[in-house]
Amino acid sequence: MPEKDVAVAAVPRPARRRRGVPPLARFLIRRILMALLLAWGITLVTFVLTNLVPGDPVAANLGQRALGDPAIVAQWRTEHGLDKPLWEQYALHLGGVVQGDLGMSQQSHRPVAEDLAEYVPATLELAGVAIAISLVLGVAFGVVAALRRDRLADHVLRVLSLVGISVPTFWLALVAFYVFFFRLQITPGSGRVDPALGAPPGVTGLQTVDALLAGRWDIFTSAVGHLITPALVLALYTIGLLTRFTRSAVLEVLGQDYVRAARAKGLPGRVILFRYVLRSALVPIITVAGLAFGSLLSGTVLVEAIFAWPGIGQYAYKSATSLDLPAVMGVGLVVGVVYLAINLIVDVLYGVIDPRVRLQ
Amino acid sequence: MTLAITDLKVTIGGKDILRGVDLSLQEGRVHGLAGESGSGKTMTGLAVLGLLPHGARATGSIALGGRELLTLANKELNQVRGGEVAMVFQDPATSLHPMLTIGRQLTEHMRHHLGVGKKEARARAVELLGKVRIPGAQEAYGRFPHQFSGGMRQRIAIAIALACSPKVLIADEPTTALDVTVQAGVLRLLRGLCDELGLAVLLVTHDLGVMSAVADEVSVMKDGLVVESGPRGQVLREPAHPYTRSLLASLPDTATTTDTATTTDLPAATDTAAGLPGTVTDEGVR
Repeated sequence: MPEKDVAVAAVPRPARRRRGVPPLARFLIRRILMALLLAWGITLVTFVLTNLVPGDPVAANLGQRALGDPAIVAQWRTEHGLDKPLWEQYALHLGGVVQGDLGMSQQSHRPVAEDLAEYVPATLELAGVAIAISLVLGVAFGVVAALRRDRLADHVLRVLSLVGISVPTFWLALVAFYVFFFRLQITPGSGRVDPALGAPPGVTGLQTVDALLAGRWDIFTSAVGHLITPALVLALYTIGLLTRFTRSAVLEVLGQDYVRAARAKGLPGRVILFRYVLRSALVPIITVAGLAFGSLLSGTVLVEAIFAWPGIGQYAYKSATSLDLPAVMGVGLVVGVVYLAINLIVDVLYGVIDPRVRLQ
Repeated sequence: MTLAITDLKVTIGGKDILRGVDLSLQEGRVHGLAGESGSGKTMTGLAVLGLLPHGARATGSIALGGRELLTLANKELNQVRGGEVAMVFQDPATSLHPMLTIGRQLTEHMRHHLGVGKKEARARAVELLGKVRIPGAQEAYGRFPHQFSGGMRQRIAIAIALACSPKVLIADEPTTALDVTVQAGVLRLLRGLCDELGLAVLLVTHDLGVMSAVADEVSVMKDGLVVESGPRGQVLREPAHPYTRSLLASLPDTATTTDTATTTDLPAATDTAAGLPGTVTDEGVR
């Protein structure tokens, strides 16, 4: 009988040697170009949506008496570029965005970019720590639950994850603040750092990192103490979600033929778990993690309000209520770009984990 | 006697899966295990490696060169798995990890069982790939399973199984998931390796055609029992048990009207090993 399979596989794959660029690099370049295109889309959408919102920024920013004077109103509109046609406003806006100019905030009378530079790091610090906590705990809990399936640890973790998913973040934030700060007094109150110590010299804007860079151990511990409760509150939902998804993903992979084949090879359990099981299970896990981190960002608005965390959630709330359009667009852009970055990271991780994705 | 299974009983959740199986494997011989789905063929193979599904209980004896495998501690059993008894699974599309390179899957248990270095393991892996006739073994080493056809993947799975020079190879329906055109090549390879390396092979299959082509001894299973066992010619030509007769009778016409044992016989099955490109000497493999 002919050896058909030999002939087929001997032909080199065309995708591998095109223009001498390695497949992973090609994959990355493609994803980054796509992300840039989407970033442009975000500027368009935030601009259009912000301008579609009913409500007149003039009315929101000028007092009653000024509104009665058409000359003042007209002057204000001209100052803020509102007299130009919409497409021209967008072109100006886009041109500014490319140069890092997001316009002037009508509220703070400062460039929006400056405002954001102040607020965004606070949120990044909070959300970043929450994401790290939820990844570590969520995946670890899920793996333990899967390996101890139907035993006590599994039942306990499943109940806990259900609690994490069901409890509303704002309620949890209030309770945590009340219990740990007012009652037990084991955590510091609101803000990012003990006001008596003052903020560390700003380098990255992440106060824990800045404190370490400045060698101020006291500020660092204070910053961590302030950070830990809101970050845990924020992380609880994603911990619960990731526990559930990791558990089911690991269970599914454990039933795969290649895991049985790995056992038949006599490999130690930890090698099978980390190399064979987790690697496959990570694909659905990072999919869910990417989505969950998106919703975690919206959770920061509530948590920041309750813990008086001076982050982008607070800024967004203030700008939206005063119809400070440049600021709202700036926030929209930042949040959109963070979403994009998360998606890009997820996509890249797919490629790193699964060769079938990057070789397509 | 390389591997002797005596009175093997397996129950899962109170249900009898195997009800006293006796089988023996000898080096350099292919023992075919036939029977319909659910007769317990695969469970017999899995029991040898201690890979029975969760909640299964096995009694009886599985002796590997005088050592009892059923009562072996898990750590020692892990030394036997892959090291002394290896297994090839039914579907190479699912039994190879899709995200790990062929080289990695070929060398990790080698390094673990034999304690060889990275370089040595690689050299040996490339040698093995040549032995199972994978063209371009050097390049194949760094590739992933999806870049190979089904027949190639099964050859790779066989190379993985042979990497630590086991004494016993359990092949669970190794050709069932493959194209008919590719099946013969894989069977010929198995037969050749068995002869060349002196492997004791348990070939689990429901395909009597496959059986007649490569097996030396044939056992027929039904409802968790071996109902008939003996040399190939005897069992397939003069079946003693009515179940074996009905199995043979259910083959397509071409196979039953003529001599079952010889129609699908592979030409010069035993000669192929010597002609393999990249064949390694016995010394190099053992």
